[in-house]
Amino acid sequence: MKVVGKSVKRIDGISKVTGEAKYVGDMKFEGMLYVKIKRSPFPHAKILKLDTSKAESLSGVEAVITGRDFPNTTGLYMADRTVFAIDKVRYIGDAVAAVAAESEAIAEKALELIEVEYNELPALFDPMESMKKDAPLIHDKLHEYDHAVFIHPVPHTNISEHFKLRKGNVDEGFEKTDFIFVDEFSVPMVHHVPLETHVCIAKMNLDGQLEVLSSCQSPFAVRQMLGHIFDIPLNKVTVKVNNIGGGFGAKAGLQIEPMVVALAKTIPGRSIRLEYTREEEFQCAVNRQGLRSRYKTGVRKDGKIIAQEITYIWDAGAYNDYGVNISKTAGYSCSGPYDIENVKADSYCVYTNHPVGCAYRGFGMCEIHWGIEQHLDIIAEKIGISPAEIRTINGLKDGSLTVTSEKVENVGYVDCVKRVKELLEMDKKEIPTKPYKLRGKGMAGGYKGPSTPPAAASTAIIYLLEDGTFNLQISCTDIGQGSHTALAQIAAEELSVDFEKIHVNVPNTDYTPYEWQTVGSRTTYSTGNAVIRAARDVKKQLLNYAAQDLQIAIEELFIEDGIIYSKKDPNIKKSITEYALGLIYSDGSGVGGPIIGRGIFIPKGITNLDLETGQGRPVNHWTFGAHGAEVEVDLETGEVDVIKMIAVFDVGRVINPATCEGQVVGAVIQGVGTALMEEMILKDGKLLNPSFVDYKIPTAKDCPKIITEFVETPLKDGPYGARGVGEPAMIPAAPAIANAVYDATGVRITSMPITAEKVLKALKEKKGSE
Amino acid sequence: MENYKISFVINSRKKELEVPANMTLLEMLREKLGLTGTKCGCGGGECGACTVIMNNKAVNSCLVLAPEVDDSEIFTVEGLAQGRELDVIQEAFVENSALQCGYCTPGMIMSAKALLTKNPNPTDEEIREGISGNLCRCTGYEKIVEAIKCAAEKMRG
Repeated sequence: MKVVGKSVKRIDGISKVTGEAKYVGDMKFEGMLYVKIKRSPFPHAKILKLDTSKAESLSGVEAVITGRDFPNTTGLYMADRTVFAIDKVRYIGDAVAAVAAESEAIAEKALELIEVEYNELPALFDPMESMKKDAPLIHDKLHEYDHAVFIHPVPHTNISEHFKLRKGNVDEGFEKTDFIFVDEFSVPMVHHVPLETHVCIAKMNLDGQLEVLSSCQSPFAVRQMLGHIFDIPLNKVTVKVNNIGGGFGAKAGLQIEPMVVALAKTIPGRSIRLEYTREEEFQCAVNRQGLRSRYKTGVRKDGKIIAQEITYIWDAGAYNDYGVNISKTAGYSCSGPYDIENVKADSYCVYTNHPVGCAYRGFGMCEIHWGIEQHLDIIAEKIGISPAEIRTINGLKDGSLTVTSEKVENVGYVDCVKRVKELLEMDKKEIPTKPYKLRGKGMAGGYKGPSTPPAAASTAIIYLLEDGTFNLQISCTDIGQGSHTALAQIAAEELSVDFEKIHVNVPNTDYTPYEWQTVGSRTTYSTGNAVIRAARDVKKQLLNYAAQDLQIAIEELFIEDGIIYSKKDPNIKKSITEYALGLIYSDGSGVGGPIIGRGIFIPKGITNLDLETGQGRPVNHWTFGAHGAEVEVDLETGEVDVIKMIAVFDVGRVINPATCEGQVVGAVIQGVGTALMEEMILKDGKLLNPSFVDYKIPTAKDCPKIITEFVETPLKDGPYGARGVGEPAMIPAAPAIANAVYDATGVRITSMPITAEKVLKALKEKKGSE
Repeated sequence: MENYKISFVINSRKKELEVPANMTLLEMLREKLGLTGTKCGCGGGECGACTVIMNNKAVNSCLVLAPEVDDSEIFTVEGLAQGRELDVIQEAFVENSALQCGYCTPGMIMSAKALLTKNPNPTDEEIREGISGNLCRCTGYEKIVEAIKCAAEKMRG
């Protein structure tokens, strides 16, 4: 390997350190108008009257629009939303109208002039309440909504998805066990917190071409859904994405774009710009949904789990376009990376009058593993085996069947557990730094696959330029993960040229080829495969020309470092540049033409799952890994200090060690944040902490020592064996910390986050009961 | 709104401007001077994405009013590189892969610059303290700390 496996410098490095990198918010256009959104102050209410006339007459206001102007619904998985709320609002912050004006200040003033009369409706903030039969309906037209075929809403309820998993026979399974354990856990809504808030600029050109510049993860998904909502042919929609200031799932699918485009359509010829404030981002942009989980597990004396019954109830907020698929993913991944013969799981996605849930790094896996991995430790302790042992005994191995009865191969999970145990020195007790502190260690494992529709496609185009350099065109977005660099490395490796010879184009739906979405840690795998195929197509075309030119059979030729050689006679060689524009003969005539390589990819063998049992093959690959945590707990304050984190992941093949490590370290710290400090504090649907002062994320001073290590069990159809890692690397962090806190103190915190208050309270209760 | 006439030095160049009383330094940089390398992450002095150096000190430019800039010297991220020649800190960030989405990067680099100007040989703790006002959601800070350490070493020669 010449380029793959090397820490080449990020291709976006210089532009980002110099400030030259442009983000959507940095763009200015002549005559640009600024947007502000009128939002609901109530969690659930009927809109009785909406009068925009005063706002419209304010000087500097160009347009005020409301929901009635744009009635089409849309969604990737569940079309439960219109551009603005039409008849009723479903959360505090629900958009009811938008103003475009010459300045943000004028738009802001106009908002105050919009008169809305509401009739408050009973609101639901607890998914358990929402699920009750007599609960008021948040979406009374749920049964009429369009949805993906693999989503199963329950008509006339608040349940937007009920995923059922049935493997083996749990009742019989429980009878064969020595112990049965039941535990419950909860996870609050948390926020993505990209440093750049949502921002979009759109312009409806006078010739009918809609141009959209958005900080979005998935330009093609945005194009498709915008076309649908506004009845615009897709060739009249251009979506461009340059730099994105962090996504973590918050910018997946369609987000703020429809509101901006609605105004662009209303005022053709003007650029329309909407950028969320930080407060708006916290309250009104999407979040990671909350979860209540319950596990009933039957275990044999030797530690083997025989049967498991699981319930997942998701607080998915007011609109569930993404929530339904997260809940489904939780259902088909329900037991974690373990081989269990009998499993019954029900995962319910539930509407509440909370802010809107969405994809978030891990796509449900961080939330379910919070319970799975603590529950395992509880079981291990009671039956007298170690955390590593219970994970080794039950962990998926080559040939194991997952909960959907997919037979897995090339599984490095148990190796990851073993390495975490060694690196953390699980058996060694550490001395606390202070007499009033206790020290402990814990581990947790996890797995995740890209949760996509079965046929999610990726494509790549490679142009050979006249001087032997290349343009690589792809439409996945680099939201910071370094995928453009990794894909350029893959292209360079496959083409056998220097890394510097590859230029990666910025995604633009007019020119760069189709990509389903940049989500699910699927880019290196899926787009990577498309890039390999495009590179092979380039090579095939080059060798064809060379074979004709040199009168040598194709099989007798090979390409290295930009030169085509004869295998038999190394003196016979030609530079690839000679064929860049076609095969040109000595008399000046030519055949063929420029080299354009095309690569397309759809993962093989994935189908929709069985409706009743959830059995089948849901994802193209799994990434496995484990975390170890060492903590110190202050007995006087309850404060938890994470001292060390170990992260060992089986990534199949490391394409770029520096960026791969960067993904893991970043994921670990995001995991530490959710474990200890992050929570959307909601009271009657109102977010009480919509700022960085009150919603803390880790700073440089909150970071433990982190040790990362990679296991490389190549994935058969991964590019050079690579698997995705960006999300998986966050999953076990929080439960590993919770397990370490238990190891230190003997108190178990089952509700995330592990705040000092909770620990102190639990310590007091424990002391009281002793 | 009353306008203020101010003169200052920005990235080593003298500049005169008329600014409204309620304009922030961040707005002045981005809107009036087109220096969009300085980012806005919160507008309330909580995230550090808008950090610039004002009279040798790192400040949140969203908390400084433009009229206060009169007679001051300001450095933004655009003032670090000389043409294509990067500043040592910028170079170290690229070398150490100390960035991901890049949105916090300009502010982070300016905080690092202010730190290293004052303290050429900081400990890990001092580096973490120096950038503790700059939030980064992507990197987990580790590579950023390494980069600043590398830059400090190189600057000391």
